[in-house]
Amino acid sequence: MAIIQFREALNQAMCEEMDRDPNVFLMGEEVAQYQGAYKVSQGMLQRFGEKRVIDTPITEAGFAGLGIGAAMVGLRPIIEMMTWNFGILAFDQIFNNAAKIRYMSGGQFKVPMVVRGPSGAAHALGAQHSQSIESMVAHVPGLIVIAPSTPADGKGLLKSAIRDDNTVIFMESEMMYGQKGEVPEEEYVIPIGVGDIKRIGKDVTIVAWSKMLHVVLTAADELMKEGIEAEVIDPRTIRPLDEGLILSSVKKTNHCVVVEEAWPFASVGKEVAHRVYSKAFDYLDAPIEHVNGEDVPMPYATNLEKLMLPNVSKVVAAVKKSLNRL
Amino acid sequence: MAETRTVVKQAKKPRWANLDLSNAKLIDMYRQMLLIRRFEERAAQEYGKSKIGGFCHLYIGQEAVGVGAIAALRKDDYIFSSYRDHGHALAAGMDPNGIMAELFGKFTGCSKGMGGSMHMFDASKNFMGGYGIVGGHVPLASGTAFASKYTGKDSVTICFFGEAAANQGVFHETLNLAALWKLPVIFICENNRYGMGTAVERASAVWDIYQKASAYDMDRLAVDGMDVLEMYRVIKRAADRARKNSSPTMIEARTYRFRGHSMSDPIHGHYRTKEEVEEQKKSDPIPGFAAELLAAGVLTQAMIDQMELEIKNIVNEAVDFADHSPEPPAEFLFENVYV
Ligand SMILES: Cc1ncc(C[n+]2csc(CCOP(=O)(O)OP(=O)(O)O)c2C)c(N)n1
Ligand SMILES: [Mg+2]
Repeated sequence: MAIIQFREALNQAMCEEMDRDPNVFLMGEEVAQYQGAYKVSQGMLQRFGEKRVIDTPITEAGFAGLGIGAAMVGLRPIIEMMTWNFGILAFDQIFNNAAKIRYMSGGQFKVPMVVRGPSGAAHALGAQHSQSIESMVAHVPGLIVIAPSTPADGKGLLKSAIRDDNTVIFMESEMMYGQKGEVPEEEYVIPIGVGDIKRIGKDVTIVAWSKMLHVVLTAADELMKEGIEAEVIDPRTIRPLDEGLILSSVKKTNHCVVVEEAWPFASVGKEVAHRVYSKAFDYLDAPIEHVNGEDVPMPYATNLEKLMLPNVSKVVAAVKKSLNRL
Repeated sequence: MAETRTVVKQAKKPRWANLDLSNAKLIDMYRQMLLIRRFEERAAQEYGKSKIGGFCHLYIGQEAVGVGAIAALRKDDYIFSSYRDHGHALAAGMDPNGIMAELFGKFTGCSKGMGGSMHMFDASKNFMGGYGIVGGHVPLASGTAFASKYTGKDSVTICFFGEAAANQGVFHETLNLAALWKLPVIFICENNRYGMGTAVERASAVWDIYQKASAYDMDRLAVDGMDVLEMYRVIKRAADRARKNSSPTMIEARTYRFRGHSMSDPIHGHYRTKEEVEEQKKSDPIPGFAAELLAAGVLTQAMIDQMELEIKNIVNEAVDFADHSPEPPAEFLFENVYV
């Protein structure tokens, strides 16, 4: 296995799929000449030329909508949002067009498009550049939502996303682009909707994805020192959610904690909790605990930013509360 | 803006002399306008009987725009529409039965009853759909145009929308992209002077809507949208240019809707007077074109009478078909959310 960065893994996924299928193209702000705002598309312009790696003006709704039209007639666009904060400008296109065209045309058209980019906080970017969008997009039937946490998952899932005939919202993380991990040398894909057990344990199930998965893994190390064995479940795909994997873990551990960077109100974590309550209620020895970003816009000041976000000690405390070991 | 309309003149040589239009095609264009008019009149009646629900926006008064524009296209060109889409769908050659059945929410509808009045689709006619978010479909048209260019096809895309949609940001974003990337797309703004109850003068800082394209250095013009031949002429030229040079055009078709904004809006009321509507009806595109074709001997009154009869039958049959068609089965609720 090669050890590569998250951004390289995504780059490989796009390059391999573009080699495979001439209808795949990449479009977005700074993806070509500049080599990507976060260097995810490094070298792709040189490799595929300007026909297939396309710099856009700053016009998110415009090029997202263009991607939808192109996908309706057989192309397979990868639309890069510089960050998902700006992808919000394309929500009308994504919600009202991409997610509904198949349904309201009675199945005549499909929109095989991937819209990808980083979601969530980086460091000291303030209120408008630090938002996690998964529950906003996961709310909409017709969209697939993916939020991988490792280079290997990122590559395998992005390849599946590009091959999928639905519109896929693919969420990355500025903080994770440089993270390294093992990635298989040979070609592989990871199926959409299949979660992964990132750590095996017997005392408590912790569900987390994307950047928070790493916070949780560190917390699990801490908990181990106190003899608490956490099982860490990474759904990898938010919608459709691998409910079975979460339920079977909770049935084993009888405790559940959900950790997510997003705000608490109507979050994906609440959906996870709803499924566990309604389908594994009898297995729970304690109420489900949630660790979320605080219910405020992101402050700039670094001390407050830290307070706003989930961290290892918040996760440890939530687990202990769940186990009644505070 | 009222002065911009040109009056049809009885020229010696028919106006279509230079347009490469056969008599059969001229007659067909007339027939299509008449079909749309009668179809919409009937849709209004069926709406009154609650056979049709929801928002229902009629195309009455604007027939020349859709018919003239689509007549200038090839079969492999793409058409996008707004929620005011029945007329465009008919002009695109879609089956009246399927359109009426869609209005009735039936499984035999062109969108299987899943779209309704505002969301007519027909992949087999490259009818890429009617869309309900004002201006929201405009970028999609740049997408099919982009795909034509990407795959080396010379298909052209046309996109209909109202003058109020030209105030939306995404309209401007799309014009910029289409001009920047030289996409083979024609934007057809149907300026019927009102966005619901708001007159264009109260909504747009620029009243010559086509001039909005000047910001993107795009070829642009205004045309008399009550004149089907003029529509045909300018769209043909724009389509030829799009095919040859892959360049976009913005066309403002000046027209007028004779009915309310939707079925729930009266013909006149708070925002326009009865007198204004009556005045505008003098430029009704259908009798105007009939007079021209009659004068040139392309049509006779007997032919028109016969055509009326045939269209009446088509519309009757469409209603009958829709009425007797099944509703979508309950299981279909969950179909086509995902591929
Ligand atoms: C984004 C959005 N805002 C408001 C509406 C409600 N609405 C539907 S049609 C319409 C007027 C649009 O006028 P115009 O673009 O001129 O088209 P016309 O109806 O005259 O054909 C409005 C306000 C909508 N459908 N979408
Ligand atoms: Mg209007």
